[in-house]
Amino acid sequence: MEMIPVLLVIATVVFFMVRFVPGGPFDQEKTLPETVKAQLNAHYGLDQPLAVQYVRYLGNLAKGDLGPSYRYPGWTVNELIAERAVVSAELGFWGLLVAVLVGIPAGAVAAIRPNSWLDHVPTSLATLGICIPTFVLGPLLILIFALKLGWFHALGWNEASDRILPALALGLVFAAPIARLTRGSMLEVRNQDYMRTAHAKGLSAVRIYFVHGLRNALLSVVTYIGPAAAGLISGSFVVESMFNIPGLGKLFVMSAFNREYTMICGTVLFYAAALLLLNLVVDVLLVLLNPRIKAE
Amino acid sequence: MSTINPMEQDMENRMPESLGMQAMRRLFRNRMALVSLAFVVFIGAICAIGPWFLSHDYETQNRALGPAGPSAMHWLGTDVLGRDQLARIFQGGQISLKVGLIATAVSIFIGVFYGLASGFWGGRMDSVMMRLVDVLYSLPFTLFVILMTVIFGQEMGLIYLAIGAVSWLTMARIVRNQVLALKAQPFVEAAFCLGQSHWRIMTRHLLPNLVGTVVVYATLTVPSVMLVEAFVSFLGLGVKAPMTSWGLLIKEGADAMEEYPWLLIFPSLFFSTTLFALNFLGDGLRDAFDPRASKEI
Repeated sequence: MEMIPVLLVIATVVFFMVRFVPGGPFDQEKTLPETVKAQLNAHYGLDQPLAVQYVRYLGNLAKGDLGPSYRYPGWTVNELIAERAVVSAELGFWGLLVAVLVGIPAGAVAAIRPNSWLDHVPTSLATLGICIPTFVLGPLLILIFALKLGWFHALGWNEASDRILPALALGLVFAAPIARLTRGSMLEVRNQDYMRTAHAKGLSAVRIYFVHGLRNALLSVVTYIGPAAAGLISGSFVVESMFNIPGLGKLFVMSAFNREYTMICGTVLFYAAALLLLNLVVDVLLVLLNPRIKAE
Repeated sequence: MSTINPMEQDMENRMPESLGMQAMRRLFRNRMALVSLAFVVFIGAICAIGPWFLSHDYETQNRALGPAGPSAMHWLGTDVLGRDQLARIFQGGQISLKVGLIATAVSIFIGVFYGLASGFWGGRMDSVMMRLVDVLYSLPFTLFVILMTVIFGQEMGLIYLAIGAVSWLTMARIVRNQVLALKAQPFVEAAFCLGQSHWRIMTRHLLPNLVGTVVVYATLTVPSVMLVEAFVSFLGLGVKAPMTSWGLLIKEGADAMEEYPWLLIFPSLFFSTTLFALNFLGDGLRDAFDPRASKEI
């Protein structure tokens, strides 16, 4: 419920920050005559005093309207964001899937026998993974699998196979912290009483480890989804630019280049709202998974 | 000598062994951390003094040569404009490491004071301040850095500040938890009872006890702020040409990787190994200063 004041603060801060930028959205086209520029400014209400613009912006915001796009005349920010967000959400989903499918098994295996080679190999790989950021991994993946081996397209977002390299570039980086978390909490869970009870009941070691143990160890991984999503968004800026994917990240970076006020404000607000909502979902999920955590 | 009573003497002897020294001993036993420390010092040194020994500087273009592979003249080859790659990596390293250090200093400054205030005064103020940290945590840092570079322009000094200004959250949280723990200790209660001012308690009693923790997390902050800088530069919204940083070099390398893969591979190698060493060093320091914390995190 604190979401609304938080979003209001973000909207206000971003609104005024962006307005203090020297140079407006129409300054880039040098061929534009002064009169045309003045007309454009008047059309979008940019000639009004700042306070008027602000009140009007908030009024529209309350109705869910993020304003018109200056760069793509005839489009509203809402439409552009909606169209791009679907692509980014899909990319984020595949990325998260890669992170989880690689990270959790790696962490679980590492915790079976601490300080053996079974532990050292995944743990070292995880440390290595933390130090190879998306913008190094991505070009390397393109270089090897698209340019040298020719298995995938280097750019684009058309066929199903176009999802693979971006998802790997985005997700593998987050497999590392997930593996670390899984390993850490698995080591803790091993010594719990209910694990001993499960042994006493005569359940198989595999079942105890992967059903009773892993299920409880995953709580800390679920907690990590919030920060991971924030990281995935940062990653999507790079991955979408690199693979030329028409997603929200690319839209944001372009609007930052073009100083498009409404678009910058709109994307930042959209990201903030999406993340706050996600964190809320994660909190609810945690309570459902572990009844011992009661909502405070 | 004879005037010192045995207990005091015992204290004197034990003092140097406590905390700091113990941590140092533990650190020196950790061979990987030491190798990492040596590596980071080595990289820092060659980036700082390397350019003096090279016959090429980082911005002189040799268009006749163009992009060429490694040779006796240019050890790591040249880029698309015929600029010496090694000289550019040294220059980029200077910038990347400088960003790492300055932005970390900024984040220490904000984080320590924020955490100190929050933990010290506690109560409602604490919960509001920590709630703010929680909210900021859930938003992507790079978004704000990009916003700031858009607004204030891509000036070097401002990039340092902008990155530092978004990297203090973990520091604030850890300092605050540490302060809460310290406040419950008898020596702080004693200081309160003696009527010492809040300022004095903070600076004389709390801050010195925070040094270890701050050093550990500062070391771990350096690679993460370097990552943010490289991220933003990669997008073209950070360091501006002809100045360069490792992030920008990787970007230029990625653009030209099909024909000239060495332009991507060498800067990536420098960047990744340095990050790797810094992370290892930070982990080592954490193990040394606080063996318990490393198991929890």
